[in-house]
Amino acid sequence: MTDPLLAVERVSRRFGGLLAVNGVSLTAPEGRITGLIGPNGAGKTTLFALISGFLKPSSGAIRYCGADVTGEPPHRLARQGIARTFQIAQPFTGLTVRENILVGAHLRHPGRDAAVIAADQVGRELGLESMLDRPADTLTVAGRKRLELAKALATKPKLLLLDEVLAGLNASEIRDMVPVIRAMCRHGITIMMIEHVMQAVMSLAEHVFVLAEGRIIAEGTPAQVAADPGVVEAYLGRGAAARLGGARAN
Amino acid sequence: MKGLAPVFVVVTAMAAVPFLGVSNVTLNFLVVALMIALAGQGWNVLGGYGGQYSFGHAAFFGTGAYVTAVLQVRYGVNAWFAFGLGIAGGALVGAVVGGLTFRSGLRGSYFALVTLAFAEVLRISASVAPITGAGVGTLVKLDLHVAALQFGSRAAFYWMILTLVAMALIVTRLIERSRFGVWLVAVRENEDAATALGVNATAIKLAAMVISGAITAAAGCFYVQYFLFIDSGLAYGTWISIEALLTPIIGGVGTVFGPLLGALVVRGLGEGAQTVTGGNAPGLDLVVYGCALVLIIGFAPRGLIGWLAQWRHRRMRPAALAETGHD
Repeated sequence: MTDPLLAVERVSRRFGGLLAVNGVSLTAPEGRITGLIGPNGAGKTTLFALISGFLKPSSGAIRYCGADVTGEPPHRLARQGIARTFQIAQPFTGLTVRENILVGAHLRHPGRDAAVIAADQVGRELGLESMLDRPADTLTVAGRKRLELAKALATKPKLLLLDEVLAGLNASEIRDMVPVIRAMCRHGITIMMIEHVMQAVMSLAEHVFVLAEGRIIAEGTPAQVAADPGVVEAYLGRGAAARLGGARAN
Repeated sequence: MKGLAPVFVVVTAMAAVPFLGVSNVTLNFLVVALMIALAGQGWNVLGGYGGQYSFGHAAFFGTGAYVTAVLQVRYGVNAWFAFGLGIAGGALVGAVVGGLTFRSGLRGSYFALVTLAFAEVLRISASVAPITGAGVGTLVKLDLHVAALQFGSRAAFYWMILTLVAMALIVTRLIERSRFGVWLVAVRENEDAATALGVNATAIKLAAMVISGAITAAAGCFYVQYFLFIDSGLAYGTWISIEALLTPIIGGVGTVFGPLLGALVVRGLGEGAQTVTGGNAPGLDLVVYGCALVLIIGFAPRGLIGWLAQWRHRRMRPAALAETGHD
């Protein structure tokens, strides 16, 4: 087995008295979709911020492409191929959709003409072609999520960290988005996704890590973790698994 | 040279003004307005495109002015050379102030206040340091030769400042179309999102501040050659910090022509107010500036250029709707 593209090794992050991420180790194998789930406040977004360089770990190490990248600033990690989306989409509101994507496209294309071509290409891939000249702040929630993906994709990442790209979308919008994510994976991008829409995680991710109160409490295939009593308790409270089991037995 | 046509059209039209037989008073008005426009163009690179609102661009204007004056008067440096070094001095001050503020992560009003403080420190230092002539100021000897960068005619000075403004317009336009410009605007709109896309926000802002400082310093260098005198209040006073930020805000922040339009309008209003009252109301121009600023921020936050674009857009829209209606 080859080395994973990303390996998080016993990483912790403390905010004052709060240990938001507590000795987390996980890996993202190249070319796969890895899921990261867990209840609200589990530390998922903090973990993404640590991997993408927006926060520095209090302890532990992050290895990417076999090299130690712990504590590297986010812009340098982006150059090395780590892209992230934000849980709350962060469009450049004063700019058009094309100009938004262009910011990302310029990372690999210094010249304007090549960057515009690349940006339009990414826009088409994500179904934004009819909106390229619209101001980004006129987009719907679904449009903003697509734009968030387009900006990240335009940087030609090797590893893409998706923070709840499906949250806030309706059922049909989720159905439209799932193949888009699958296509990115098929094009060789390694994906790690935080997601609450379990149905989507089940169908997309091959391997899932469950984070609760800053610790990894379970991992495995989506079916395995969904059946894990510890995971059920983390979501629904202590004793929930037993009560559910009891209810089922009755 | 894509997109430079409007710059050439405007500059060529303005270059013809001295041939229209305008009075020296009018030319003087235009020279000062263009000098203010140049200072505003410098501010616009950092504030308009980069979103970093400086309240202390006097630091660059004054440094350009003092370097030009002191090198000529005390060290006998050629005026042209001193002018160039004055611009370099502004860039250097930009690098130092930017390095200190951006590296320590100052944003928004904190950044504005720190720039104001730097300008004030420089003003007070210049008012006591012997090399600047302290409270007396520095007088550049009258020497009406091209070699001394002094001209007998107002028109020549007018063309000189117009050339500088044209160069700044071209630089602004090139920035707008470059990767640096796209990233600078991205930092203005959302620094975290830009960083996530590989933009080194600190380096981008620092570079913008260096360019900004150089352009505004050029206005200070010109001031010395035109008025042949500088003291600490003129060089580092808040008047120029205010004019440098007022002109782009009124004309249109983050637009190529915003500072130029703003300077002509602001200066025109101020001059008009003085003429109406027969010069009996000193400080009235400041009242006019204040009113203009309130109106612009209240009704046209994107400045006159943004307001004009919106107005044109509104006039175009019914036509566009009618067209789609026929489909």
